[in-house]
Amino acid sequence: MLLIYCPHCGEHRDEEEFHSKGQAHIARPLDPDNCTDKEWGEYLFFRKNPRGLHHELWIHATGCRKFFNVTRDTVSYEIKEVYKIGERPSVVATAS
Amino acid sequence: MQHYSGFGLLKHALHYHEDWQRVWRNPTPKKKYDVIIIGAGGHGLATAYYLAKEHGITNVAVLEKGHLGGGNIARNTTIVRSNYLWDESAALYEHSMKLWEGLSQDLNYNVMFSQRGVYHTCHTLGDMRSNERLVAANRLQGIDNEMVDAEQLQKEIPSLDCSKGARYPIMGASVQRRAGNARHDAVAWGYARAADALGVDLIQNCEVIDMEISEGKITGVKTKQYGVLKADRVGCVVAGNSGVLAKMAGFELPVESHPLQALVSEPIKPFLDTVVMSNHVHGYMSQSDKGDLVIGAGIDGWVGYGQRGSYGIIEHTIQAIVEMFPCTSRVRMNRQWGGIVDACPDASPIISDTPVKNLFFNCGWGTGGFKGTPGSGNLFAHTLAHGKPHPIAEPFSMYRFHTGALIDEHGAAGVAH
Amino acid sequence: MSQKNRLASGGRIDRSKVLTFSYNGRQYKGHLGDTIASALLANGVDIVGRSFKYSRPRGIVAAGAEEPNAVLQMGATEATQVPNVRATQQSLFDGLVCGATNGWPSAESDMMGIFGKIGGNMMPPGFYYKTFMYPKSMWETYEKFIRKAAGLGRAAKELDPDLYDSVNHHCDLMIVGSGPAGLAAALVAARSGARVILADEQSEFGGSLLDTRETLNGRPAAEWVATVVEELKSNPEVLLLPRSTVNGYHDHNFLTIHENRTDHIADKAPAGQTRHRMHRVRAEQVVLATGAHERPLVFGNNDVPGCMVASAVSTYINRYGVVPGNELVLMTTNDHAYQTALDWHDAGRKVVAIVDTRQNPKGDRIEAAKSRGLNIIAGSAVIEVQGSKRVRGVSIAPLNASGDGLSGSVERLSCDTVASSGGWSPVIHLSCHTGSRPEWRDDIIGFVPGKTVQKQHCAGGINGTYSLKAVLEEGARAGAKACEAAGFGDAAKGISLPLAEEVREGKAMALFHIPHTKPTSRAPKQFVDYQNDVTAAGIEVATREGFEAIEHVKRYTAMGFGTDQGKLGNINGMAITAKVVGKTIPEVGTTVFRPNYTPIAFGAIAGRNCKELFEPERYSAMHKWHVSNGALFEDVGQWKRPWYFPQAGESMQQALDRECKATRDSVGILDASTLGKIDIQGKDAREFLGRVYTNAWAKLAVGKCRYGLMCGEDGMVFDDGVTSCLAENHFLMTTTSGGAAAVLEWLEIYHQTEWPELEVYFSSVTDHWATMTISGPNSRKLLAELTDIDLDRDTFKFMDWRQGNVAGVPARVFRISFTGELSYEINVQANYGMHVWEKLFEHGAKYNLTPYGTETMHVLRAEKGFIIAGQDTDGSVTPIDLGMSWCVSNAKPFSYIGKRGMARADCIRTDRKQLVGLKTRDPKVVIPEGAQAVDNPKQPIPMTLLGHVTSSYYSANLGHSVALGMIRNGHNRMGETVYYPQADGSVIEAEICNPVFLDPKGERQNV
Repeated sequence: MLLIYCPHCGEHRDEEEFHSKGQAHIARPLDPDNCTDKEWGEYLFFRKNPRGLHHELWIHATGCRKFFNVTRDTVSYEIKEVYKIGERPSVVATAS
Repeated sequence: MQHYSGFGLLKHALHYHEDWQRVWRNPTPKKKYDVIIIGAGGHGLATAYYLAKEHGITNVAVLEKGHLGGGNIARNTTIVRSNYLWDESAALYEHSMKLWEGLSQDLNYNVMFSQRGVYHTCHTLGDMRSNERLVAANRLQGIDNEMVDAEQLQKEIPSLDCSKGARYPIMGASVQRRAGNARHDAVAWGYARAADALGVDLIQNCEVIDMEISEGKITGVKTKQYGVLKADRVGCVVAGNSGVLAKMAGFELPVESHPLQALVSEPIKPFLDTVVMSNHVHGYMSQSDKGDLVIGAGIDGWVGYGQRGSYGIIEHTIQAIVEMFPCTSRVRMNRQWGGIVDACPDASPIISDTPVKNLFFNCGWGTGGFKGTPGSGNLFAHTLAHGKPHPIAEPFSMYRFHTGALIDEHGAAGVAH
Repeated sequence: MSQKNRLASGGRIDRSKVLTFSYNGRQYKGHLGDTIASALLANGVDIVGRSFKYSRPRGIVAAGAEEPNAVLQMGATEATQVPNVRATQQSLFDGLVCGATNGWPSAESDMMGIFGKIGGNMMPPGFYYKTFMYPKSMWETYEKFIRKAAGLGRAAKELDPDLYDSVNHHCDLMIVGSGPAGLAAALVAARSGARVILADEQSEFGGSLLDTRETLNGRPAAEWVATVVEELKSNPEVLLLPRSTVNGYHDHNFLTIHENRTDHIADKAPAGQTRHRMHRVRAEQVVLATGAHERPLVFGNNDVPGCMVASAVSTYINRYGVVPGNELVLMTTNDHAYQTALDWHDAGRKVVAIVDTRQNPKGDRIEAAKSRGLNIIAGSAVIEVQGSKRVRGVSIAPLNASGDGLSGSVERLSCDTVASSGGWSPVIHLSCHTGSRPEWRDDIIGFVPGKTVQKQHCAGGINGTYSLKAVLEEGARAGAKACEAAGFGDAAKGISLPLAEEVREGKAMALFHIPHTKPTSRAPKQFVDYQNDVTAAGIEVATREGFEAIEHVKRYTAMGFGTDQGKLGNINGMAITAKVVGKTIPEVGTTVFRPNYTPIAFGAIAGRNCKELFEPERYSAMHKWHVSNGALFEDVGQWKRPWYFPQAGESMQQALDRECKATRDSVGILDASTLGKIDIQGKDAREFLGRVYTNAWAKLAVGKCRYGLMCGEDGMVFDDGVTSCLAENHFLMTTTSGGAAAVLEWLEIYHQTEWPELEVYFSSVTDHWATMTISGPNSRKLLAELTDIDLDRDTFKFMDWRQGNVAGVPARVFRISFTGELSYEINVQANYGMHVWEKLFEHGAKYNLTPYGTETMHVLRAEKGFIIAGQDTDGSVTPIDLGMSWCVSNAKPFSYIGKRGMARADCIRTDRKQLVGLKTRDPKVVIPEGAQAVDNPKQPIPMTLLGHVTSSYYSANLGHSVALGMIRNGHNRMGETVYYPQADGSVIEAEICNPVFLDPKGERQNV
């Protein structure tokens, strides 16, 4: 069970208080109506799904109800960094 | 191939079992194959077997980074059923079911497929409606499935709490009586043995580290141990690692890999001969021929390749089991484990061509992989042999996520398996 | 006194407390401090069960968690039955009832043993896969017999009378194991001021120090243990948990501890006490001091009762005052096991021989044996045991230097006990739970914990450190390092460790499998995994067949899959595999240990969270009224909603008919409190609504309400409801009862991640309001009697809302309708709900005010063709498919959620499944919900399915059935006939029609 630091509450809390919402930094296209089906499908469904560092979106669902980003290793499950929406991660995967 | 039979066992016993032959060779790979299959899990091995058996293509290698049958085929809860909702999935899983029904004899390997029935319990009016819908569809699709009321259910499964005292009292259930369990490892081994006998090279400890792609076409794969191996067509069947392989080929998939946990009790005297699953309270259970209660837990919500999930999921699962089967309260949980499921957004798999010519992917089975093994292999073999999908596999193209023609089995598949 | 193997003195048992217990129906006596195993051995009971495959008699081999054989059924009553209790870990109590789990008629004389002898040779590993295939139809018959033989103990048939609970902890240091390493670590940590949890599976702290004759500071080691435990007890920051097994080590230093609270005193917990407790621990730092398990050696017939692990024999002698036999042969590969022979001899019984596999053993313990005149046979091994129900003797033979062959003739010795030691395996299980791979060390002939990302420290036996002095030092060091990492400075200062004896030891031999004069395949069975009857020959067969990877060997032979999870056998099995395939043990690899370390009761994991606490039940403020008025309830999400209110003697249909008619004829009332309610405020609230709903919101005036559909980005409907404009920047959104939480999270994710620039705030107010809907032609009259709001039809119009008082309390009244009738939804503060509800009934009697539940609500709305999201939709339906294009505004400037999705190639097909009304040819026939439509009911199977019936009821108001359903291309097929083939062979015929069956012009709600 993961231990997650909520950057809004400023506390470490059990995973049970949070929901994972998948890959972070997927911006909604600004002009959906001019997206092709392919582009829209990729926005909706296609994911990086990395084995290793993953930037993901979480919500402190039973806490402050706020969203934030987590950079987590999907193999060791270590959390490398937590940062707020709108911020950029400082820990990133090296190109492989 | 050494033929297996009870008589053979007796004969071998007289020779102290010293004369059993290898069930598969350990060949050194050739430089070039007609077809390379990446991943010697259940689906990969089945694909190789049907390529050789049904399409006469035997110049085939199955590359496996670890040992064969070591992926999800080794860590599932062994449930086989075909009562899916939509026509496309029903056809796919029923195709698989028909192959299951003769598999032991076809492979001359007892995969211990037992059609003792799978029940989906209904705890709400909504459950009842969706199961009645499923049953009605299955009946006309040619798939056995029927409703039983709570009273009948109690008679068929005495250990199940069908009383009104439950938090979500059971109102009835659908049951597919042809569904059941099989011995998971035996499926991998049986396919491996049969494929090997037909000339397929099973290359264990051979990790694919890159794809050889030129002008949008795949020509082979690069391996860690044997360098480049050439192939006319490449099929990728690596549940739990599909995203990693897709990245090598330069595209993304509509797939996320999640931990899926399961657990077993200590072996106890059998009291449950069927599979019981509840999408509502999130528990499902069967009892193996060794006496272990085999219990599937839920999927963790986050991407994870660690073959471990969160304890909270185990807790909730056990709560559901004790809620459904109060007699298990003093039974003891022996062991838990985790698999990695590649889940598609519509809970249906992908059997598909890809942006790279001659490269095909078979993935995204989510929780349906084990039951789909023979059908998946059979259809994927057809796809690899012909360079285009079998009609049953056609709707399962990855491009459905562009057009929107999804096959949404969440309603019928739920978290259950 | 029948305890023939009990010593007159010594051990940690209380001889003044005599306990009576029953095993296999016979009464025995033991003492306080005994385990079942020590008491059985004291009484000279040899056989504790039959093996799984060959039905061979089996005895106790170990003294702790690693015991594979002594797995018993326990329980004095049906309700308290526990299967598979390990006799070596179960404390004895007065009145304990237990028995072997298999064997017929008994474990002592089992008929299956005869079959096992004959059939056993036909059961090599994997034999299942090679037979029972022909004829095909027979497999399930064969399987019935296989299942008859399955399992060890059995589940209780009556309800568990006991309670279980769980406790959460946060601590600085979690120390696992209270042997010398764990105690030293705990002492250091406790003095540093850290919050410490110390857990140990045994009934008292001390670990190996409870069994040893080694001294600390020249005094018995147990005295030091007692002092340390006293100090720890007096420290308020230290939580001591004896009888508590750390069964799982999860990610981010989360551990679960299973505490046995009452199993040592009775099989049913005393009133008011929980039987077990799970401790869920989040530890800053973890110290693993889990020790090591001794490995038995693998030799012919090594499973005959009387064959034991050497250290277990010492434990029984030193801790329990029990010598489990009269004449001992000890076989060892190392110095340490000599202690067993010394203990045996010093207990006054005969040591026949010490058979040492090494050519030239040297060390202090060997000298001690020599000085006692014990017979040491060096460079030899026990190759085979004689006896079936108890050891009668052994065959020994000289070994060659590498230990893989014999180099001389066989000699027989008479004895009744064989203790063996192949060295020690560190207990690395917990360290593996988080995915860390163990590492092999040749110098200690064992695996130690590998690299980990957890904040974990290891000390003592788990590191392959075995000398008491070094173990204490390592424990103190690990404790200090962990304290420092947890922020407690230099904790090691001022700690003085007790003085341990130093014992010089010679080098151990890496030997696992003893050769025989015959090849392994023909030698007597040499067991590796006792519980699953895995033999060395079986492993050879597996590798011969190509099962060479260790995972293949394990799975093919079932090695390590027992309730002991291979604690004794796995390393031996790996070593044998390595030998056969010509690799080293680390090359063969290791296996991954997973939770649980030892099995734990389901009930303990479930805790209190069953029955009504499985998920909390949610009630509306009027719930008690519903109960006392005979409502039947429907589970909707966690809510208990009234389903219908049957009166005496009424069938369900009669009740529904009455409720439906009363509502349309006069007035009915529905408790609608469960609908999700989200308060939305902010200057951009209106803009936000326009983005998340498919229809337009820009012009909704204050005081007005509007129905909205919500879609995903894929264009599929996922929720709906009415949203009202409370003030210019203030809205109240309603959602489906089950969808409230998901909708709120949906709104938040878009606000926080996509459109943070919009100023808008969301708050769930579902529980704040009690909501009651009065519906029917007399609803205005009824409400008028209780409110100060002007209900004039032209000032308070349909789809308006007003603030005012109802029954004397402030209320929001919404004139909206889900029934198509004149209808008012009254919202009051939840605390006033019951008061208003009762007032309505007081005044409503004259109008025959009739309570109705969800079922009547469904019928009434279906008559009007109103959808229920989640029933008439399933995530694959767009608003257009529902025929609700009136609720989709493509004129909005912002590309609202769902718009682009609805325009995808597959979503704009004209032949999609679409929602239509369905009128049965026979008006009395109600099509079952879920029924599938076809064009030609006589077509062959598989049929072409057109779509399913989503809602279907008998309408008492209309005098015929009404149904909604999906039909492919249905919107273009009005008036056509479709067929619903039924399970009984009949076919229901229905005409596709407009889904609005009643009052298509909507006149009734506008009166």
